Amino acid sequence: MNAIAQYNFAYLDEQTKRMIRRAILKAVAIPGYQVPFSSREMPMPYGWGTGGVQVTASIIGPDDVLKVIDQGADDTTNAVSIRAFFAKVANVATTTHTAEASIIQTRHRIPERGLAEGQILVYQVPIPEPLRFLEPRETETRKMHALEEYGLMHVKLYEDISRHGHIATTYAYPVKVEGRYVMDPSPTPKFDNPKMNMSPGLQLFGAGREHRIYAVPPWTEVVSLDFEDHPFTIQHFEEPCALCGAEGVYLDEVILDDLGGRMFVCSDTDYCEERREAGHRGHLAADQGEANS
Amino acid sequence: MYVAVKGGEAAISNAHALLADRRRGDRDVPALRLDQIVEQLGLAVDRAMGEGSLYDRELAALAILQARGDLIEAIFLVRAYRTTLPRFGFSRPLDTGAMHIERRISATFKDLPGGQMLGPTFDYTHRLLDPALVGAAVEAPLERVGEESAAPRVTDMLGHAGLIEPDGETDPSREVGDLTREPLDFPLDRDLRLQALARGDEGFLLALGYSTQRGYGRSHPFVGEIRIGEVEVEFEIPELGFAVSLGRVRVTECQMVNQFKGSASVPPQFTRGYGLVFGQAERKAMSMSLVDRALRAREFGEDIVAPAQDEEFVISHADNVQATGFVEHLKLPHYVDFQAELDLLRRLRAEHEGGQAMGEAAE
Repeated sequence: MNAIAQYNFAYLDEQTKRMIRRAILKAVAIPGYQVPFSSREMPMPYGWGTGGVQVTASIIGPDDVLKVIDQGADDTTNAVSIRAFFAKVANVATTTHTAEASIIQTRHRIPERGLAEGQILVYQVPIPEPLRFLEPRETETRKMHALEEYGLMHVKLYEDISRHGHIATTYAYPVKVEGRYVMDPSPTPKFDNPKMNMSPGLQLFGAGREHRIYAVPPWTEVVSLDFEDHPFTIQHFEEPCALCGAEGVYLDEVILDDLGGRMFVCSDTDYCEERREAGHRGHLAADQGEANS
Repeated sequence: MYVAVKGGEAAISNAHALLADRRRGDRDVPALRLDQIVEQLGLAVDRAMGEGSLYDRELAALAILQARGDLIEAIFLVRAYRTTLPRFGFSRPLDTGAMHIERRISATFKDLPGGQMLGPTFDYTHRLLDPALVGAAVEAPLERVGEESAAPRVTDMLGHAGLIEPDGETDPSREVGDLTREPLDFPLDRDLRLQALARGDEGFLLALGYSTQRGYGRSHPFVGEIRIGEVEVEFEIPELGFAVSLGRVRVTECQMVNQFKGSASVPPQFTRGYGLVFGQAERKAMSMSLVDRALRAREFGEDIVAPAQDEEFVISHADNVQATGFVEHLKLPHYVDFQAELDLLRRLRAEHEGGQAMGEAAE
């Protein structure tokens, strides 16, 4: 039997980290371009954020402060699990406060609070190829990117409009980065797309199972695809957050009973908590003290 | 009153505790030891080693124990450990012709040098449950009788006459591909393809191989030879300038002989599909060789009409650790995206109702 396995700082060995950092540098140099990298098996399953975890593991240092969210929340089980992983293998400080984090790893959301300069947002990406559902073959889609052949995507969006009256893509809504590459923003709701544009922070995208890394460097133009007569719009919620009263944020619908009763609350739990601490109250908020129970 | 959902951390640790409890089962039943798994569930161990790409029976047994017998989970455990190991290089090609053979059969010749050896096979057992196995008294181990004679590979014998395509020569300076170190870039060379197949899911390859037999990419296969046994692994050490033996591994090799091909420059000859898997894994090796042959369609200028011939399709979906991860990740929360869909659907339905009301008013 082999001796009990010893793991390097942040789990990955240094050669692997170097390999991933090289891929990240290339990705930053060519915004929106999907860089192939030799993805490793991680100790969590593919689909659980192995790409994001590898990116984070490669860039994290002992002084970093890490925040992990899933669906916007710090306390969803997978976010808890990934945060605990890095607390264990890298012994780094963790936080739930967006403003305090130097690295934020996310699945499916961009925090409501805008990124600051120096912050890095790491996205977990399931399918990095925005053209994948139009063309299943990698050999073909790489060619299409190389030739900037994005007509198929526009046809798809046009067909949505002619069939439904709307572009029926509500998440993973394709964007064009710096006027060149069409990119999948990961399955974030299109509500978050505008936050990617001209962000002061660095945005890194890791797709472990698909062996791809891509990036949006700070202050990069990110435009959601649309048509002149059907401009891109984001989701709008009719009511404010029931707990903190926030408007213009992304809300989760919570079913209260089996009679159709429901409430809407902030998907970004940190944002919601900070607002409540600042004294904001929604119509279903509990009294101070009870709210944190 | 709604209370924010908290407690992911406690829920996870409770789940882990329960998992450990259920894994152990009834405490009155003695705990399994690794040597029991290695010795008595050997083929499960072989599968975990093969698809886990790590030749270590004891670690594979530990993985099977930890995974409660779920082999894909065990393969995942082995892989996640393997990926942390440093890579020193690659061995010299295995000489399977020099194998210490435990089983060797050919379906293409009645008899051949080295003979047919059935070995430890299920092939001619009657599948009747055997209650005598339960709590059976310890029997003396069986000694194998008969001396081992050299058994040249069938493909080499056919090869002497030029009836079958040769092994092929690779440029000795060319490094063999390794998909665990370099990202896959389609189309693949055959070395990478074979590596992917050797790690691929047995069930997936079995189904694909089966599909070629039923006409989806038919290749008229014959089992030229299946051999199971131990081969020496030799490693060239640059500082020494010669190869040293690292030890022996047990492998299963399958050479499938397929319909002939020829060209203006080469007379017609049989083509081959190849399978090589760690341990005793005959079903996997046979499936692999069928799929390998199917995937050579491009090389032989055959029409690519069937799933098994489609390299991107086969290789992208053969890895069960990747597949199970992505399929099972659907149980992770997706409520943010679902909310987005819900919102659009409600809007579309409202517009639909509005449109109908307008239509009725107009009538």
